[in-house]
Amino acid sequence: MRGLRASLAARGAPQAAALAEDFTQEALLKILDSLDTFRGESRFTTWAQKIAIRLALTELRRKRWQDVSIQDLTGENENSPASTNVALSDPMPDPASATALRMLVERIEHIMKDDLTDRQQVALNAVMKHGMPLEEVARRMETNRNALYKLLHDARKRLQQGLEKRGINIGELLELN
Amino acid sequence: MARAMALTRANEIGCDECFEQMDRFAEMVYAGSSAKESLPLVADHLARCPDCGEEFDALMKALKATS
Repeated sequence: MRGLRASLAARGAPQAAALAEDFTQEALLKILDSLDTFRGESRFTTWAQKIAIRLALTELRRKRWQDVSIQDLTGENENSPASTNVALSDPMPDPASATALRMLVERIEHIMKDDLTDRQQVALNAVMKHGMPLEEVARRMETNRNALYKLLHDARKRLQQGLEKRGINIGELLELN
Repeated sequence: MARAMALTRANEIGCDECFEQMDRFAEMVYAGSSAKESLPLVADHLARCPDCGEEFDALMKALKATS
């Protein structure tokens, strides 16, 4: 599993070699288990590495976030960049744009509270503001990653509609083409 | 978050579908062929989803290490 060790090392995972060893056996079992799903659309080694990486990263995420509950993440996190900083990550040409963007972010926060379900708000908050992996959020919300992605997608669509309904053209404001 | 929301599309694939095609996509990227054009929904998902994006990056590193 040279590939797995390399990708873990590149990720800065401590003791990448040892970690890769640990995961190898589990990964091999998973690969054997999934053999009937291999469709030959890529090389076998690529397909197998994909499975191994998914397994390894899932476990690393679980360990890294194991002491964080979703309740820890509700509302603003004062120790990490606030949501406004996330939205302001693009370079600001002038103070007027920065103010406009800050106001937009506040509007979005209001729309979130008005238009989204509690579940959608919790998920969006955890993933987008606090960077919690979808896997980990899904686990705490007793769902799976795929379902959580769809929940987030629905939430984003609803927010988009909410802004349009209120006459806000977000694409224009963010100068997106 | 504002940007992510603004770039939301009506049709996005989920993590499972992306995972299914990730190996194929990765090989295309590695070979320098038109991965984004051939599998636009995969490219889109990888740009949006931090988990899948991270796994894809790791897969690319693995491909480079084992080629």
